[in-house]
Amino acid sequence: MQPFSYEKVTNEHEAIERARLGNATFVAGGTTLVDLMKLNVEVPAALVDINALPLNQIEDQSDGSIRIGALVRNGDLAQDSRIQSRYRVLSQAILAGASAQLRNMATTGGNLMQRTRCYYFRDPVYPCNKRQPGAGCAAMDGYNRIHAVLGVSDKCIATHPSDMAVALVALDASVHIRGANGERAVPITEFHLLPGDTPHRETVVRPGELITYVTLPSGPFGAHSAYVKLRDRASYEFALASAAVALQVEGTTVRSARVALGGVATKPWRALQAEQVLTGSTANTAAFRNAADAALTGAVSRRYNAYKIELAKRAIVRALTDALMD
Amino acid sequence: MPDRRSVRLTCTLNGRRLSLDAHPMARLLDVLRQQAGLTGTKEGCGEGECGACSVLLNGRLANSCLTPFAHADRATIVTIEGIASGDDLHAVQEAFLECGGAQCGICTPGIVLAAVDLLERTPHPTEHDVRAALAGNLCRCTGYMRIFDSVLEACRRLSASRA
Repeated sequence: MQPFSYEKVTNEHEAIERARLGNATFVAGGTTLVDLMKLNVEVPAALVDINALPLNQIEDQSDGSIRIGALVRNGDLAQDSRIQSRYRVLSQAILAGASAQLRNMATTGGNLMQRTRCYYFRDPVYPCNKRQPGAGCAAMDGYNRIHAVLGVSDKCIATHPSDMAVALVALDASVHIRGANGERAVPITEFHLLPGDTPHRETVVRPGELITYVTLPSGPFGAHSAYVKLRDRASYEFALASAAVALQVEGTTVRSARVALGGVATKPWRALQAEQVLTGSTANTAAFRNAADAALTGAVSRRYNAYKIELAKRAIVRALTDALMD
Repeated sequence: MPDRRSVRLTCTLNGRRLSLDAHPMARLLDVLRQQAGLTGTKEGCGEGECGACSVLLNGRLANSCLTPFAHADRATIVTIEGIASGDDLHAVQEAFLECGGAQCGICTPGIVLAAVDLLERTPHPTEHDVRAALAGNLCRCTGYMRIFDSVLEACRRLSASRA
């Protein structure tokens, strides 16, 4: 491990001022960062510990939305009775990820900032455009069974690993980011960046900016929602394909829908084409299958990951079926 | 001599208040084993995958291999050494002995802590609850069935003792 400094900050202003000084990284739960520092993948010169900031509450807002502090632990968020009753898909998605130990440590903001599980990214022996821009990508012609089929570029096919963020996409969440010039709210779908030619840029968070809150609008999507995660073993594993869906149904007709995918895309993926297919259709398996086909239109597979296209479709159909029965 | 970059933190470890010196980003796992002399907490993977290093940090199960020492500041920590009351084993420990829930023993301290944590939160867990609560603890010996049996047996013992 490379040498680094460590300091604690006690308020947002101090955190932002400290982080502006360059090559500083915020640490909260540490479940991704400490691991990657041991692997020499993350080599910050300075760690700024933000655990003392007052951002650990889940609060009802006057407009019916819910505001989740960036330091709320994943386990606490999943167990919150308001989240379980009004945003079931979010609770399901979080509980489908990691282990009790890690969920007790990991935070809401940290979950959004977590790095890919691509083996080539995590091992500095291999070239990786995300770790070292311009170095090349070992996954393209390597063992790319876990890699993405949506949102890929010729520079990077690494999947985004979060379950939580996929549910947030289905719930129209916003991420609040504070910097020296004030706070801005970014829709979750715009928070993560496609790899394009710059896979090392993963989010819209700029150096010196701090995630403060995630907000969930009241919206119609809490009622019928579900998360389905398919993986190599039944627990404690990252998704090969996952779907977070939410339905607003009148009688048997879908009024509106949200379909989001994990495990198959370079960022938490909103499947707008699937939502369009569902809107106005009769909620049944045939419509769900049509939506699933639409979601994967444009998927690009490589040698070992073509199976993910059908897997993702089945995740969508199952999630929509679950959501309807919710 | 402590490292010049080390800090002194005070915590409550297995019910005893004490001060420890280490670098703020030292692993809590190493501080517990090397400075506090509590070697019951084991290192398995060192990456938060296996759960052998599990401790209760402020009442929550956590991987001490990923926990910076700084996060122990003013914390309440319970390790496997703090589970028994003197010579009286905890019901979970008794059940593991009775049911053969431990073989080589490396995963056992973490699993006992996960089970104690589960039974404190959920006194009457289903088998699914037990499996979910132990999902972050890997065992390469037992095949898990005797571990699940042990936890359910501990649950019965605790229920009987409460009745």
